[in-house]
Amino acid sequence: MLCGPMFLSTWLGVAWGHVFPEHSDPQVGATVTVSPTSVRIRFDGALEPVFSTLRVQDASGKQVDNGDGHVDPSDPTLLEVSLPSLPPGTYRVIWSVVARDGHRTEGDYTFTIE
Amino acid sequence: MKKLLFAMTFCPIAICMVVVVSTPVRVWAHGVAGKRFFPTTLSIEDPFVSDELSFIFSFLKEAGEGDHPPTKEYELEAEYTKRITPHFGISIGDAFLILDPEGEDTETGFGNLEVGAKYQFFLNAPHEAVASIGVNVEIQDTGNREVEAEPFTTISPALFFGKGLGDLPESLKYLRPLAITGVIGPNFPTDSETVTTHVDEDTGEIEREVERNPNTLSYGFSIQYSLQYLQTYVKDLGLPTPFDRMIILVEFPFETCLDRSCGGDTTGFVNPGVIWFGKYIQLGAEVQIPINDRSGENVGVLAIIHFFIDDLFPNSFGRPIFR
Repeated sequence: MLCGPMFLSTWLGVAWGHVFPEHSDPQVGATVTVSPTSVRIRFDGALEPVFSTLRVQDASGKQVDNGDGHVDPSDPTLLEVSLPSLPPGTYRVIWSVVARDGHRTEGDYTFTIE
Repeated sequence: MKKLLFAMTFCPIAICMVVVVSTPVRVWAHGVAGKRFFPTTLSIEDPFVSDELSFIFSFLKEAGEGDHPPTKEYELEAEYTKRITPHFGISIGDAFLILDPEGEDTETGFGNLEVGAKYQFFLNAPHEAVASIGVNVEIQDTGNREVEAEPFTTISPALFFGKGLGDLPESLKYLRPLAITGVIGPNFPTDSETVTTHVDEDTGEIEREVERNPNTLSYGFSIQYSLQYLQTYVKDLGLPTPFDRMIILVEFPFETCLDRSCGGDTTGFVNPGVIWFGKYIQLGAEVQIPINDRSGENVGVLAIIHFFIDDLFPNSFGRPIFR
């Protein structure tokens, strides 16, 4: 059962159709001690820059990022937004992306600054 | 024959080698409600309408009953579904069976052809909820009698639903990866009884055998825990491939006889298993555990290989005919 998906993961590469995050920084559900300078999410497939968004909200729902969410021009799988220095608290990262084949996926997660 | 059947199950992997570069069109991914991906389940039908091709292999040893000896049953089921509009689709499917009774000749053949239609009338992304209605028709005499294909048509309307628990509060966040899907619907045979006649070799008399075809109610649900949902939206635990794309689930398919001498009799199974999903395909396997003697005495197995046709061919026959 494990050999099948592992083999196919290699064969088909990392480009999934309806894309999902592979890795996030800060990590999903993480608690950090230093305010991050950006949020970066790497997806398992190339994104359509025009239709992909990323923003960060504080606990009250106020947007706190610098408003420059974008797909990295040199890496179409990387979605990022820069952050100002943030006070301790819990923050929500909200993303919405369209993969190259046109399928949209969206999601959110939280991280905490101590 | 058994090896051939087993090989036929996995030969379609070759189709995975096809990669299509497409012009992007903004559409919602199949099987997705908000953050929730609902996989195609093995025992009960999922609530989504999509372009897909499934092959399900099953093995079960049926206990003997009366004149019927214990029988090993192998089945390879194939089903293709096609969206006509983004929320309405049709399906066609059939199964190839091998019945291997103890001490008797092995029978092989196809089951009756089945066609269906489904309409997704509800989707709530923030609450990860979806609902559909549909109907399936098993067409009489399109299969081989040797593998017990029925000589009557059965019409089965049904309601399908799915609900992810991603809207649970923060205090219950580790339950958010849970989801429930379900289906319920009656099965109406077009003939209330099947009459067969044969000549007694000893007496030469014509004997008439009447078998009742009851109306039944099919229902079932699945409980799913998505490791992908946990990793992506709740807590990054560092799960490696392939675990970060796995869904652990238990399915509970049941059928209750409603009339014609078997009213109230229920059969069913508890099917624990695991599903892995990627871009173009989904794999899954389950164990099939009978809930009572009427359902059987032995544990069976199920396996699926499922192709996301809308991802394989997004700009051709993988998209709705009318958009």
